[in-house]
Amino acid sequence: MSRRRPFPVHILVFLAPAVLIYTLFMIYPLFDSLWLSLNNKTPAGGSVFVGVQNYQTMFGQDLWAKPFWNALRNNALFFAIHMFVQNPIGLLFAALLGTRIRGTRIYRTIIFTPTILSVVIIGFVWKLILNPAWGISRGVLMTFGLGSLDTPWLGLESTALVTLSLISVWQNIGIPMMLFLAALIRIPEDLLEAARVDGAGAWKIFWRVQFPLILPTVGIVSVLTFVGNFNAFELIYATQGALAGPNFASDILGTLFFRTFFGYQLQPADPYMGSAIAGIMLLIILTGVLIYLFGWQRRLQEIRY
Amino acid sequence: MITAPMFKRFATFLLRLASLVGFETVWAQGKVQLTIESWRTDDLKIWRDTILPAFMKKNPNIEVVFSPTAPTEYNAVLSAKLKAGTAGDLVTCRPFDKSLEIYDAGQLVALNDLPGMDNFSELAKAAWTTDDGKTTFAVPMASVIHGFLYNKAIFKELGLDVPKTEKEFLAVLDKIKANGKYIPLVIGTKDQWESATMGYQNIGPTLWDGETGRKDLIKGSAKYNQGGFLAAFDALAKWRPYLGPGYQALAYADSQNLFAQGRGAIYPAGSWDIGVLRQMNPKLDLGAFKPYTFESKTECIIDDHPDIALGLNAASKNKEAARTFLSWIASAEFAQLYANALPGFFPLANVKYTLDDPVAQEFVNWRKDNKASFRCSYQILSRNANPNNENDLWNACAQILNGTETAQQAADIVQKNLASWYKPQQGT
Repeated sequence: MSRRRPFPVHILVFLAPAVLIYTLFMIYPLFDSLWLSLNNKTPAGGSVFVGVQNYQTMFGQDLWAKPFWNALRNNALFFAIHMFVQNPIGLLFAALLGTRIRGTRIYRTIIFTPTILSVVIIGFVWKLILNPAWGISRGVLMTFGLGSLDTPWLGLESTALVTLSLISVWQNIGIPMMLFLAALIRIPEDLLEAARVDGAGAWKIFWRVQFPLILPTVGIVSVLTFVGNFNAFELIYATQGALAGPNFASDILGTLFFRTFFGYQLQPADPYMGSAIAGIMLLIILTGVLIYLFGWQRRLQEIRY
Repeated sequence: MITAPMFKRFATFLLRLASLVGFETVWAQGKVQLTIESWRTDDLKIWRDTILPAFMKKNPNIEVVFSPTAPTEYNAVLSAKLKAGTAGDLVTCRPFDKSLEIYDAGQLVALNDLPGMDNFSELAKAAWTTDDGKTTFAVPMASVIHGFLYNKAIFKELGLDVPKTEKEFLAVLDKIKANGKYIPLVIGTKDQWESATMGYQNIGPTLWDGETGRKDLIKGSAKYNQGGFLAAFDALAKWRPYLGPGYQALAYADSQNLFAQGRGAIYPAGSWDIGVLRQMNPKLDLGAFKPYTFESKTECIIDDHPDIALGLNAASKNKEAARTFLSWIASAEFAQLYANALPGFFPLANVKYTLDDPVAQEFVNWRKDNKASFRCSYQILSRNANPNNENDLWNACAQILNGTETAQQAADIVQKNLASWYKPQQGT
């Protein structure tokens, strides 16, 4: 009979720093903000437990529900544009860079550069480019005879959100591109050669061999996009301000949360309702990630080359 | 074990310490030091080199130090310092609720009996007075005034006269538009607040009878979607055809630049713009005219908005000296110094002072001939987080200028939102 091994105490010691730091700076604030969302202020200024009343207010009262659904709708569109514009184009770039075109390194660097710039700079630069008074967008459009297309992109309810989404796509496209490229490069050459020997063209090879092999990366990129977009805030705040104009056309959950939690100009802060918005954001992101984990990742077969 | 020499040394140390403290006290009796808390970091040099030396020359036994914090951090830093008891003797106060909170917390002293307080009108004191109007807790320092700035060179080139009525105003705009060389009215809607502040609150007081209308709104007997307040939305809507290309995406700084570069003729302004525009383009030939009157309302009422005041920290140990300083703030000497150091911020005391900047002087002159009021949403009405009256006004006015809402629609939304939480507006 083999002796029972003693409990591996050293594992606890190794885990402790990470667990402590993570608990202190992530888990504790998370639960504290959830707790805050279950409270509200008393007329005297103290705080009192109210259960889910803040959430009922959020969905039940028009004054809260309307801005909330507006922000959620805008956020969904913001995400959809990233999902269906940024990621496919990122994949296309990756596929092109994976072939033997000249100067792939230069292209790769250029496309990736905006990603490492600060959002504030991106917002400022694009505000200047699109500025109706001195922006270059009008001049560029005129050169191509498209002067009639020139509009105050960031100032119209119909165009503001799409414009902002595309600016964000422009900035972040380097990330899916790099992830897809890394996955494509990992595919062994002999698989592609076998396909070529069987008479498959580039198109067929991509869709029948390469794409199925990078499906795990497609999943990762999607979930990263999802989490990133439903947490988004900085770009909208930097270009449109906390009121996310015009007429809240570019208001997303992040800006709605910011205004509510911290207040704005004469608007006093309401940390309780703000926390409720944060709670709903957490729920949305959690749902998305769980769908990915159980609906997508579990079905994937592990591929070993 | 404590040895004798050690004890001796310790005792000498204690004695020295005591003598030091004693010396400090004596020194402090000779000269009292006051510290001013403020968010006006921009004005540090003006206070240090111009304003404070003038006071200290007259009061050699009081030393005053101006110690500002960054504007965005001021509210938080001040409230932390007040709680910890480390805040300066004099506290610069933002208008309305932010300062009222501090007073209600017992951290500011009532100043009703301060010598010099009678230099201020009720209107000037309103921003730092309790809701019942009985207690004033800060000495008003300055206000900003709204009006219109215009480019004199363009007016001369097109042979235009300064408009006094809405009819003349629109006729002037029509002429500039017909000429086609300049933007008639330089204002953008992207940042939203200019539409409300430089638009609605600029021309509005004339239409809602100034203080009468503003107080009726607080009492609940006036409404945003009726009478003068609705008329002001309508008047604002008439600006729409005269705005520059792409104005929906023009930010505040863009408008300032366009006007400073001489690309626009008329600029709805706050008086603080004078200093900014002079800096952007010293050669700009600047003129000013006051808010125009209407066929139905022939008496112009200006928006003279209280902006900054000085209060006395309840925990201050030098209250007597602080009160001496506050009385001086209410004096003509301070007004003269402050007004010229910061053209565009106008001292509120009813004392005589003259300004070197002719345009700034023009703004102040309006006070003599006209009644005044201030932004209608600032007192009491913007206390609620959601919906917030001031934010609603920004959005409504921007929508009116964008043409996405009519004046009536915008007014109805603002009124409905106000009535949703504000009791006096919930009657019939």
